[in-house]
Amino acid sequence: MTVGVEIIKEETLLRRFISDFAQSKIAVAGLCTIVVIILIAIFAPLLSSQNPYDLGQLDIMDGRLPPGEVGGAGFTFWLGSDDQGRDMLSGIFYGLRTSLGVGAMSAFIALFIGSSFGLLAAYFGGRVDSIIMRIVDIQLSFPAVLVALVLLAILGKGVDKIIIALVAVQWAYYARTVRGTALVERSKEYMEAARCLALNHKRIVFRHLLPNCMPPLIVVVTVQVAHAISLEATLSFLGIGLPVTEPSLGLLIANGFEYMLSGKYWISFFPGIALLVTIVSINLVGDQLRDVMNPRLQK
Amino acid sequence: MFKQKLLIGLALAVSLVFAGTAYAQTLKIGLKSEPSSMDPHYHNLTPNNMMALYVFDRLILQDSKQNLKPGLAVSWKNVDDLTWEFKLRSGVKWHDGSDFTADDVAFTIGRAPNVPNSPSSLGRYIKQVTGVEVVDALTIRMKTAKPFPLMPTYMSTFGIISKKTGSGATTADYNSGKAMNGTGPFKSVEWVPGDRIVYKRNENYWGNKPEWSDIIVKPLSNNSSRVAALLAGDVDMIDFVPTADIETLKKNDKVSISQTVSNRVIYLHIDTARDKSPFVTDINGKPMDKNPLKDLRVRKAISKAINRKGIVEKVMEGVAIPAGQLLPDGFFAISPNLKVEPYDPEGAKALLKEAGWGDGFGLTIQGPNNRYVNDAKIVQAIAQMLTRIGIKTKVDTMPKNVFFPRGSKLEFSLMLVGWGAGSGEPSSPLGSLLHTYDKSKGFGSSNRGRFSNAELDAALEEALATVDRKKHGDLLIKATEIGINNLGIIPLHFQVNTWATRKGLKYDARTDEQTLAVGVKTAN
Amino acid sequence: MQSGLVLLVMSLLVFVGVFAIGNPVDILINPDADQAEIERAIKALGLDKPMWEQYWIFLVNALQGDLGRSFVFNIPALQLIWQRMPATLELAAFAMFLAIFMGLPLGMIAGLKPGSWIGRTIMTGSILGFSLPTFWVGLMMILLFAVYLGWLPASGRGETVDLFGVPVSFLTLNGLSHLLLPAINLALFKLSLTIRLARAGTREAMLMDYVKFAKAKGLSNARVILVHVFKNIMIPVVTVLGLELGNVIAFSVVTETIFAWPGMGKLIIDSINVLDRPVIVAYLLMTVTMFIVINLVVDVIYSLLDPRVRLGDLKS
Repeated sequence: MTVGVEIIKEETLLRRFISDFAQSKIAVAGLCTIVVIILIAIFAPLLSSQNPYDLGQLDIMDGRLPPGEVGGAGFTFWLGSDDQGRDMLSGIFYGLRTSLGVGAMSAFIALFIGSSFGLLAAYFGGRVDSIIMRIVDIQLSFPAVLVALVLLAILGKGVDKIIIALVAVQWAYYARTVRGTALVERSKEYMEAARCLALNHKRIVFRHLLPNCMPPLIVVVTVQVAHAISLEATLSFLGIGLPVTEPSLGLLIANGFEYMLSGKYWISFFPGIALLVTIVSINLVGDQLRDVMNPRLQK
Repeated sequence: MFKQKLLIGLALAVSLVFAGTAYAQTLKIGLKSEPSSMDPHYHNLTPNNMMALYVFDRLILQDSKQNLKPGLAVSWKNVDDLTWEFKLRSGVKWHDGSDFTADDVAFTIGRAPNVPNSPSSLGRYIKQVTGVEVVDALTIRMKTAKPFPLMPTYMSTFGIISKKTGSGATTADYNSGKAMNGTGPFKSVEWVPGDRIVYKRNENYWGNKPEWSDIIVKPLSNNSSRVAALLAGDVDMIDFVPTADIETLKKNDKVSISQTVSNRVIYLHIDTARDKSPFVTDINGKPMDKNPLKDLRVRKAISKAINRKGIVEKVMEGVAIPAGQLLPDGFFAISPNLKVEPYDPEGAKALLKEAGWGDGFGLTIQGPNNRYVNDAKIVQAIAQMLTRIGIKTKVDTMPKNVFFPRGSKLEFSLMLVGWGAGSGEPSSPLGSLLHTYDKSKGFGSSNRGRFSNAELDAALEEALATVDRKKHGDLLIKATEIGINNLGIIPLHFQVNTWATRKGLKYDARTDEQTLAVGVKTAN
Repeated sequence: MQSGLVLLVMSLLVFVGVFAIGNPVDILINPDADQAEIERAIKALGLDKPMWEQYWIFLVNALQGDLGRSFVFNIPALQLIWQRMPATLELAAFAMFLAIFMGLPLGMIAGLKPGSWIGRTIMTGSILGFSLPTFWVGLMMILLFAVYLGWLPASGRGETVDLFGVPVSFLTLNGLSHLLLPAINLALFKLSLTIRLARAGTREAMLMDYVKFAKAKGLSNARVILVHVFKNIMIPVVTVLGLELGNVIAFSVVTETIFAWPGMGKLIIDSINVLDRPVIVAYLLMTVTMFIVINLVVDVIYSLLDPRVRLGDLKS
């Protein structure tokens, strides 16, 4: 097999992948939404009428204005303001940035670490397996919220710290899932065939074992990105995680939470909607990806 | 099988629901914090002391404005400078029917400071008592080594237990209810930690009998859940109504609101002692070898930069009173000379310039986020205001379990803290917050800024040894004025506490933040 | 043996972790207290000794089954947790029950009819289910069902009845009404997860040769689905939910806080708030032990469901 042939083969695969993906209109809509959200997140400073992370630009005298009102600085609070006089629209733009960043970064780092260990454990079995799985057991036996709580209490606040905490609570999850699936795959005929052919470990693991473990992994990743964002919000709700002056969507919701009963719905409601749209779009795309990438569902 | 069980369950539930309607005089209270024990002397903290008051009377009680009034003692006086004499109420019965006598008081004085494993004991209020003398069944004398004017106040801080029941009783015996024998308005029924505390009325109470035959206290720590529980009718009354909900609740015709200013001042504590302060930087965020906070003009500028009225209106939603000293008007030993610092950003900038900090500097303000009403929001608002006069201020809020230990280790430069004067007079904040840190004398234990002023120390120490009430008060006022004028702390506001009850009830709101069932009445 | 090691390592980590956060006396003590009183309290709680010595004392006592007394309550930590455990377990079990018995059928329907409106509705619902943070959903449910509609109580546990000496609330109407909202709140995330796993499994299974074969053999649709498909989807569901049971118990921290449910989740968050180390350590040790047991059970069920995975592979 020459190099050229491989490239052509991959191109057609990609094309087929795209056309398969496009079969679901709703998934395409989800993808478009994600693109828009990512663009908003990147260009947040240009789109916002205020830098919600700069305390010097906020004025508590503009606090809790309802949507559409004009504040002291002369611009309109289209979605109202929170208790610190933070423009909700600008806050949501910046918050999207933080939430997406935290969610995606932590999920992918955890995915990388977790699935590496999971594959190792399943493929080699024996002592390697038992050592890795014991570590996973230790890790998983700490409830996620608690690990994050203790970790963050020690580490302090900040985006980097919350990513560390989220990775710490998520990696073992991937390891366990990958190992579970890989164990089943390992006993299948194609794996035995690969071993009989005396292919090297690397090739078997990455060319044969990993691709077949992908479908459940993708389900878990989509769930986990959403979960990471939600966990971050929960930690904010419990008063640790991100600094209050640089709120993510989750923190915005948590901050507005106490105003729900009093009818100042906008402080918590709009960030909630933004969070919902983000996560739903991620999941729609994830769902379709899974169907497309699953070799067993190919017609 | 399961179905059958379910049916039995249903029948049981229905009968319980009907049985429940018979208790029309039951009062259900939802509280923010739960006591850690039923033992009245185990843990000296507001929730414990408050719940103890339901069952255990004190020698002297505090009314809703923290004025002292006779409790188990009907009168008290100085026999000489070093001796206090208490005349006890006659005819008072313990819940088990035995008589209350001076022996019970003597027994309590011996037990209260010495509860094993106590994380915070009542020793502070009792250690000045060097000897107890039971004169007769209804007279008791207490000796002190020095003149001790605060004796009556301190005697109003702990519950009296029965010698008969209390001998050999452990904290566990109080928790289980076995030793819960008091003279108070309610008898203990049961305590299910985390779920409920149940009392029933003491029909033989010596004082005014409460309206309620049964009390159920439920801990509801989450603010919104507590309000929701009231709105849903799960409880009749809640304490610490979050400021965000007060407006709405006022408009709700199923709910009544009771409010009063509290003895709790919210203030900024400032590192006034060190030359190099951990969170002071230059304007570019680089560490600095100088501490501008040591300069009174800089502290004055910070005080002027704060829009207290703005904080009260917007952050506290009107439910607070701007503060210029340690306790609000109406309390003992209030200085008539201290006024609330007016908001003056231009004056603040001028002062900074005069002090040589016209270009500003960098600072981080720390505060708790789950301790005081809207604490994290106040911290942010202050950072906004300081940034506007050129002090580039960062915000760092954290849960109280991280905040207080770090604060006590002097890790902060500027912090937001609150102080509730449980005794209802200024010697408590003066002694703990502003007196020089002095381990041997027991002063300045919460002086997290290490402010130190010899004149203040002298005035306070003299006040604490002056029995004459007028002179005692004047000395306290003098100490307060020194502390505030030198800005050892920067007072921000006094919390106003809010209780909400279902319509038709009224609560005699207390300045000490306590929720006592005896103060709940049906409104006519 | 290994489990013992796990417990040892974990207790050490937690010990050091809590030690690093700070000194509980700063929070427990009355602010009025003077330095002498603070020192007395530190001594009374045994916090004046160096950390390794405190840990050693803890270890020696732990080997005799004593995990220390709560700093706050002055009650043995284990007893404190035992008191609160039934409430949490009941809540968690009820939530898992809801998740499985609603999630499996819904997921299978979605998997059998992936393109239909009903399939899509179920999937959209499941996406919503894990998109919103638990605390937010909890409050929304209180707002709707307790405050506006007034159908269900907002908080607390309600009446309990003793079942084999353990107080439970699902046997009385009052208790059940208190249980419903928090259980749904807690179940929502797991329900969505079950739906997704069941749907993915069903879709795959329907394309499997053995299912096609069974269909070709003329077996009824119902039989094919209930026996063959069901078995296939049980593997991921059992693994994941087994893992999740521990998480449900832990996540009850949030639910219990919002609904004032007197379980051990609320106890642990309160204990963390005041750095009550004996309770934190004991709680985590208990959860870990529970978790090790759950894992074992999951592995066994796993091998029963899928004979291809030999038990020898799992326990080496």
